[in-house]
Amino acid sequence: MNFFEFNLPIVALLPFLGAIFAAYSAKFNRLTAAYTSAFFTILALAILSPSLIAVFAGETVVQSWPWIENIGLFFAFRLDGLALLFALLILIIGLLIIIYARYYLAHKDSMGRFYAYLMMFMGSMLGIVLSENILQLVIFWELTSITSFLLISYWQHRKDAREGARMALAITGAGGLALLGGVLLLGHIVGSYQLSDILLQAELIQSHQYYEITLVLILLGVFTKSAQFPFHFWLPNAMAAPTPVSAYLHSATMVKAGIFLLARFFPVLSGTEIWTWLVGSAGMLTLLIGAYTALFKHDLKGLLAYSTISHLGLITLLFGFGTQLAAVAAIFHIINHATFKASLFMVAGIIDHETGTRDMRKINGLIKYMPHTAALAIIASLAMAGVPLLNGFLSKEMFFAEAVSASQASVLAWMIPVLVTIAGVFSVAYSLRFIHDVFFNGEPQGLSKVPHEPPRFMKIPVDLLVIVCLAVGILPMYTVAPILQIAVTGTLQTTPPEYSLAIWHGLNLPLIMSILALGLGTLIYFRRKYLIRNYERHEHISAKSLFMKTIDQLFSFSINVSRSFDKGSLQNSAAWIIFASIVITAYGFLSFNSPLLGDRELMQLDVVSLIIGIIIVMASIYTVIWHRQRLVSLVVLGVIGLVISLIFIKFSAPDLALTQISVEVVTIILLLLALYFLPQKTPREVGKSRLYRDLALSVISGVGVTLFTMMIMSREFDPISSYFLNNSVPGGGGTNVVNVILVDFRGFDTLGEIVVLALAGIGIYAMLQNLTLPAPCNDIGGRIWSKDSHPVILRTFSRLMMPIMIMVAVYIFLRGHNLPGGGFIAGLIASVALIVMYLANGIDWTQQRLRVDMHLTIGFGLLIATSTGLVAIGLGYPFLTSAFSHIHWPLVGDFELASAIAFDLGVFLVVVGSTVLSLVQLGKLSVISHEKQANYNDGLSNSREVR
Amino acid sequence: MEWLIAIVIGVMTATGVFLTLRARTFPVVLGLTLLAYAVNVFLFTMGRLNTGLPAVIDATQPGYADPLPQALVLTAIVIAFGMTAFLIVLALKARSELGNDHVDGIHLAEDEESLKSTVPPKKAIKRSGEIE
Repeated sequence: MNFFEFNLPIVALLPFLGAIFAAYSAKFNRLTAAYTSAFFTILALAILSPSLIAVFAGETVVQSWPWIENIGLFFAFRLDGLALLFALLILIIGLLIIIYARYYLAHKDSMGRFYAYLMMFMGSMLGIVLSENILQLVIFWELTSITSFLLISYWQHRKDAREGARMALAITGAGGLALLGGVLLLGHIVGSYQLSDILLQAELIQSHQYYEITLVLILLGVFTKSAQFPFHFWLPNAMAAPTPVSAYLHSATMVKAGIFLLARFFPVLSGTEIWTWLVGSAGMLTLLIGAYTALFKHDLKGLLAYSTISHLGLITLLFGFGTQLAAVAAIFHIINHATFKASLFMVAGIIDHETGTRDMRKINGLIKYMPHTAALAIIASLAMAGVPLLNGFLSKEMFFAEAVSASQASVLAWMIPVLVTIAGVFSVAYSLRFIHDVFFNGEPQGLSKVPHEPPRFMKIPVDLLVIVCLAVGILPMYTVAPILQIAVTGTLQTTPPEYSLAIWHGLNLPLIMSILALGLGTLIYFRRKYLIRNYERHEHISAKSLFMKTIDQLFSFSINVSRSFDKGSLQNSAAWIIFASIVITAYGFLSFNSPLLGDRELMQLDVVSLIIGIIIVMASIYTVIWHRQRLVSLVVLGVIGLVISLIFIKFSAPDLALTQISVEVVTIILLLLALYFLPQKTPREVGKSRLYRDLALSVISGVGVTLFTMMIMSREFDPISSYFLNNSVPGGGGTNVVNVILVDFRGFDTLGEIVVLALAGIGIYAMLQNLTLPAPCNDIGGRIWSKDSHPVILRTFSRLMMPIMIMVAVYIFLRGHNLPGGGFIAGLIASVALIVMYLANGIDWTQQRLRVDMHLTIGFGLLIATSTGLVAIGLGYPFLTSAFSHIHWPLVGDFELASAIAFDLGVFLVVVGSTVLSLVQLGKLSVISHEKQANYNDGLSNSREVR
Repeated sequence: MEWLIAIVIGVMTATGVFLTLRARTFPVVLGLTLLAYAVNVFLFTMGRLNTGLPAVIDATQPGYADPLPQALVLTAIVIAFGMTAFLIVLALKARSELGNDHVDGIHLAEDEESLKSTVPPKKAIKRSGEIE
């Protein structure tokens, strides 16, 4: 297999692997996390690079494997110009961020966690841009929502970080849901979820009756992710993240994911009136709101956040124009914005790092303290403002030109060039503020430390990005042109129209707009004091507060709804559940038209059975009557369990009888052990009405169940078990059908059940860790517990009985396949044997002699059971297929050996492990409690309270 | 005979439901245990009642009891044990966290008298390595 046939999935998944290594390596040295991440990023770039040749030659690389074919899900990756552009942005800017963050993070920040999140995020982003299957794209899309949540809330101790992260997750998550809907509809329309098929079907999609709804749903996903109005407000609140995260998420990745999707579906969804209106107006509003608000933010990152919103609006607006040239401008601006915005965020982080604040009212005149950083920031800001000879100027000119050409579209369209010029004015003003307010404008005020240049490697990523800004701005044809060309081809899926990247196009309308923006912007900046005062008067009206209010209302609404059902009382809920079951069953009974009882011949009642029945009935009733005296009721309950085993014997179920009797013993011992730590009496605390309600519910349930059982038992039936009876010997190699069903026919079920048992055992162990309860020193009658806890007779007999009981267990185990017995029963018998040892001789004594870790027993049991199944797979049979043969043992005779016995051994081990683990842990609890009590008493002899 | 078994199941259900609705953890665990018995026997009767026909293949036997419900009930019994064990330990945990054994986990101002009676008398008895 050629490596270039599967390198794309590796590129997308490698960062996830890197995340694991980064998190792990940070255990040894916090800085290795950064180096590991950088290594994996470079590796991903290296693996991606061979495919560059094909893409630059105009090919589209698609690598696809079936995943769940019948829902159209493929594990499929695609690399065309658009995907390549984004993949390079993600990886290269990601690499710069990794270097930068290594110097940014403070000593107390966990490097491993940061880089693990960052790498996972990088992988998710790569997954989005490289996906060929759009269902798979949605999966990665959701992953970016989750990983960005983790990144934004990286400083978990900060409230603003948690709130910002939650808001981002809520909004992008909701958008993701809408996107899923849109994607499903799109796939339904086309009949395929592969982009290669979808991108060819523009006419089919746009003429389909579901086109509008599909478009709206997909746009909801795009707008939430790319912070378009009215969903823009999560972005400024996400600024609570560490600055490297903001630099990454809001320049090249997270918010660009929405833009990417817009570009991806541009050929099939754009060009209609509804597209222009929805995308265009959202873009325009976002552009204006972002540009306007950015000027008034005193926080450096706040300014950049709103500027990001505004630039995203600009790109969206360009896509909204719907023309091919506009798409060219949009793609070009994506590249430019990613470079200058990433560098500006990093500068903001440097300033924050060196001055301890990001408030532009405090930081002034920094050019004296950090001239190098200042130079970088000034160039990047000028690029953001759209000053000639920088990359921002070129794409902004193209944008203005598109706005001008769109102005002929309708009567009101003349406003478009005017509005975008206004946005341009504000963008010049806020860019100027970033330069003038921070680096000039007097001296810094009230800083806690004297600022100075940051470490060299913190500036290198910014250096590189700023060089790109300059190079693209001055020599566009020799730098950005090739990648832009293929990215545009990838976006449009056809040969792109002619466009010119020249700096000088002559004195035309776009240039006049630019000059106007620069002039007016400078003017506005120097008149900003008046504007800022005016702005702050109505600042409290923000989308954030509206969102918080809505969320609060939603919360209180849902709390009210749940409160009306759930009063925080288990009794209440249980009563409702039982009441509901009664109602449903009563409906079933009432709509049942046949006679209550069928015509099956009933069995003759005999005296012994009658006596046994009466014993159970009496014991049940006395369990209730005496339930306040807990020990007594427990003993009576034990009677029921034992007698039920007689029922099983009577009605041809020897396996069940054996199981029931051994479980009963274990259960009662367990409950006795637990009861030691619980109050010995139940207080009387319910009113009469509650008592009558409960009585009514239980009597109705009992009568209902009795009738229901009779209805079934009095009717003939056609059992499905003849298959098991017929195939037990030829197929399963055993004559005990019950056991063969358990370990062979329904082995998978049994595997699940022993897993549950194992979980219960380990869960009990976990719950009992560090648990201390005061142990009572006397019983309910005030008698002090006997000090002779290990009576000699019991001790002696238990040691005598032990080998016999184990032998019985082994015997029951071995014969289980053919005669009543098997792993469950043998396991229980062995458990009883071991527990008796613990009881009679004490935990310490027994554990000295029984050096077996019950955790390992459980683990080995599961391992054996699972691997017998896997062996079958390895031999080409379905999971858990058994094999058997007869062997002749001397003395014992002909003996049948089935692979199912290995499975049964697994069952045996899990049962022994879980049971003994639970009971011994409970026993240890009493030891610990007694020791604590003794220590406690030594320390505080006159205390009255234990807790 | 069928009536007898049906009534037995019914009584165990009724008492189980009643105890499940109690306010303290221990009776609730007893109630759930009773319900588990009832459900196990109920499931078992789905194969109808047969005497003397165990599902062990034997050419001389005229027929067999339905082995499928038996297999289901066998695991059900063991799982019910696992559940009971887990529940009772949960009850212990709840008592240790909350200071009482009310099912709703209410923080009662004063725990019941039995907790006070656990304050050991003057002479603490130091014991180790045992299960009472």
